Amino acid sequence: MTDSGVNINSAVISAEESVSPTRRFFIGIQKSGPVLVPLLSLAAMIVLIIYMVNNPGGAIEARILNYGNVLRMFREHITLVLVGSGAAILTSVPLGILITRPAMRRYTPLIDNPVNVAQTVPGLAILALFLTIFGLGFRTAIFALWLYSLLPILRNTSSGIQGIEPGIIEAARGMGMRPWRILIRIELPLALPIIMAGIKTATVVLVGSAALSTFIGAGGLGELIVTGIDLMRPTLIYTGAILSALLAILLDNLLGSLERYLRER
Amino acid sequence: MGASRFEFRDVWEYITSNQDYLIRLMIQHAHLVFFAIVLGVVIGITLGFLSAYYKPVAAVVLPFAQIMMTVPSIALIGILLPFVGLGFNNGLVALTLYSLLPIIRNTYTGLNEISPSILEAARGMGLSERRILWRIKLPLVLPVVFAGIRTAIVMIVGIGAIASYVGAGGLGDLIFRGIARMRPVMILTGAIFISIIAIFLDIIMGWIERKLIARQT
Repeated sequence: MTDSGVNINSAVISAEESVSPTRRFFIGIQKSGPVLVPLLSLAAMIVLIIYMVNNPGGAIEARILNYGNVLRMFREHITLVLVGSGAAILTSVPLGILITRPAMRRYTPLIDNPVNVAQTVPGLAILALFLTIFGLGFRTAIFALWLYSLLPILRNTSSGIQGIEPGIIEAARGMGMRPWRILIRIELPLALPIIMAGIKTATVVLVGSAALSTFIGAGGLGELIVTGIDLMRPTLIYTGAILSALLAILLDNLLGSLERYLRER
Repeated sequence: MGASRFEFRDVWEYITSNQDYLIRLMIQHAHLVFFAIVLGVVIGITLGFLSAYYKPVAAVVLPFAQIMMTVPSIALIGILLPFVGLGFNNGLVALTLYSLLPIIRNTYTGLNEISPSILEAARGMGLSERRILWRIKLPLVLPVVFAGIRTAIVMIVGIGAIASYVGAGGLGDLIFRGIARMRPVMILTGAIFISIIAIFLDIIMGWIERKLIARQT
């Protein structure tokens, strides 16, 4: 298009008008993705639970797959994940902000290095370690999961804030902004994608680790999976696996929407 | 179990009096992780290169690997049961599948991030596509791929412990047997050993990674 800009504009408009219905449908899906994917995965979970409870496929499966049982395990799983990651966000984001303050910069490596090392400790080992200290049960699992997801969020918060170009903060200070305002207006918005990436990764990993907490008597969807393994009943394994995978996809997308909402503000 | 008291001296005593058993478990664990990572590296790098060269492959492989990561490890091990049965093979397949995503993703993004001007220059010098692949792309992408292998190794050392639940052997045996027999000393020994191995491998791989980057510049 070598003519004037007007022609280009009209060409764009006509192109938009000539979009086929199927194509428009897919564009619509892409635009409504933030709402659609969580809704779809939620719907899939409900359909799966209803279908599995009504078609357990065997007497042994039928004893385990009833609404009370499945919903209890699902509720336990969600509680483990939400309380674990919620507590981790509430502790590690402020902690990450604290260790990147100018007065604390000197000590940042002192916290960063042990955090990096501790992050490589496997989930099962962390659960097992706390099992020996606090004993069996729900609280031990929540504590271990909290600690497990605390590290990636803390690391991303601190590296996200440290990664901001010093010139930007310098300029803000030159404009006479108070440190508190610099944090709220400059540092946190700029570090937001990295912090949210940490929170998303931690939550998805947590859904998987929460399945392990059944070994220390905290229930959750892991109970369904492990029962399936013990009794060699694939139906139970698939149900638990698909439900927790859908839960991970749901939470990942919800957090993605939250991030977009925060960024637009 | 909170009631049963123990001290770290007990753990030391357990380690010294069960050396043979511990070494056997460690060899099993290393065996599992080693074969899984070899398979994972071969398959992962191949799939990563294929995805970078052919768009349709990327459209299938990348989302598939992504979704697989959302399946909890204990569930994947369970899903594999009807197909590969109990034991070492199950652990091998599960660990290989888990090691794929970081390797594929790093290979793919590494190849896509090579600056076009470098490839332009290589083509200008008259290098064939095959030689560009071996002489330019592979050396440039190596440190990124290695970072993916490092993530994968650390991750599957942990998942290897879970694979013990279906009889794949390894140090996870200590944790599961310890829970079953209510012996905190066994659980603690298993957890400590697995953690130390993961940290140790991470440090070594990090060191090699830095060497690779240093050689490149």
